[in-house]
Amino acid sequence: MKNPGIKLLDENGKRLDGRGLKELRPITIKAGVLDRADGSCYLEWGGNKVLAGVYGPREVIPRHLADPLKARVVYRYNLAPFSVDERARPGPSRRSIEISKVSREALEKAIFLEEFPKTQIDVYVEVLEAEAGTRCAALTAASVALADAGIPMRDLVTACAAGKIEGKIALDLMKEEDNYGEADFPIAIMPRTKEIVLMQMDGNFTREELTEALETAINGAMQVYELQKKALKERYKIEGE
Amino acid sequence: MEHDDIIWEVKKEAIRSLVLSGKRMDGRDFYDYRPVEVKTNYVKRAEGSALVKLGKTQVLVGVKMDVGEPYQDTPNQGNLITNAEMVPIAAPIFTPGPPDENAIELARVVDRGIRESQMIDLEKLCVREGELVWNVIVDVHVLDYDGNLFDAAILGATAALHTTRIPKLEDDVIIYSEKKDPLPVRWAPISSTFVRIGDKDLLDPDLGEEKSMDGRLTLTIRDDGNLCAAQKGGVCAYKKEDVEKLFDIAVKKTGELRKKVIKK
Repeated sequence: MKNPGIKLLDENGKRLDGRGLKELRPITIKAGVLDRADGSCYLEWGGNKVLAGVYGPREVIPRHLADPLKARVVYRYNLAPFSVDERARPGPSRRSIEISKVSREALEKAIFLEEFPKTQIDVYVEVLEAEAGTRCAALTAASVALADAGIPMRDLVTACAAGKIEGKIALDLMKEEDNYGEADFPIAIMPRTKEIVLMQMDGNFTREELTEALETAINGAMQVYELQKKALKERYKIEGE
Repeated sequence: MEHDDIIWEVKKEAIRSLVLSGKRMDGRDFYDYRPVEVKTNYVKRAEGSALVKLGKTQVLVGVKMDVGEPYQDTPNQGNLITNAEMVPIAAPIFTPGPPDENAIELARVVDRGIRESQMIDLEKLCVREGELVWNVIVDVHVLDYDGNLFDAAILGATAALHTTRIPKLEDDVIIYSEKKDPLPVRWAPISSTFVRIGDKDLLDPDLGEEKSMDGRLTLTIRDDGNLCAAQKGGVCAYKKEDVEKLFDIAVKKTGELRKKVIKK
């Protein structure tokens, strides 16, 4: 999209919302927020509000999709119609189908699927309000909800994006930066090993910029990881402690 | 489980153990493309087209153009639309019907490569600002599926767009029989897709390697060696250094391929 003349960085190097280049937006995470789901998480990330719910492991429907060797994961990223400026048509879009696919594949690397053959684990994420970076917010919330559901995992999955604005690599793009910036680079990692389990990119990176963007996004995800752990500890702390 | 899948389930262990010992079934080096053949202007009625053969994989890409209203936020730009169909003649596992998540992912990765490389000068496709612009519609038709549809489709789209001619427009009516100016293109984005098997990465997987993979990474590279799109798929993980190494290989390999098949 063409920039109508918005300056994404001021003369002091500050961004539109006052952040520095390598600063995250404010994030709050709360685990165990839904009554019926086996595990759940509410997450606010800048102007994003997402709610994740996990059901299962449970019976596979339809049955012929059951895998005799491992659990099947279903991931549904869903934009609420009122979450964006121009109403989003209810139901899956091409965008949400692609996001759901790569997010599911990221979680499949982390979950011990072989522990639950012939079952299905449903991960549903509702984006209630969107302000750039929803796939990262959704996946970060989903992995907390999976942990809240007690599903064994190699590690949490933590997502964070880097991008490029005014020729500089920046952490965690906001709406205007996403629209008028020069690149968007969402990744997700398993923080213990810093291995990348989700990676998408569109825009323009030189080799040097790719390296800086990888470092920036991984550092950002490590900060988010601390908040995920804090939310889970908070959920399971014993009264009076 | 489909019949086709059972066969691959049996072959998978052989393919994987061979790869882990440093070899491939067809004897290729890990970072070699299969033989590539590109035939442009294959469909004369289309504004642009290319038939790509990548080993035994065949993909036909057609470009059609029409005019319509621009989007509100880009009143002086033409539009790019990309679609992919995995038609049922291409493999026993493909079924007719609306595109599934694999076809959607393919179309969106092709789209990002073309769009984000800024290959097409969309501002030159404006007829009347805010009123009428050209639409460029890229349709990827998978004809024979022997793995690595991403690289074949992106190569086909790039080759087809490089030979696309804009039809004549008279009083806002398109005369398809009269093709005029070539489409304004600046770059030739080409991708390298690597599958990961254990700790090994293989360029341009055939179907057997794709069925045996843990996951894959597609990197779309522009003529200047910059990355314009990336997509990780499947169930695998990469270290930061792995991504950097594959980027370097992709720049080299796409450069060689571009020189060979894209005629400017």
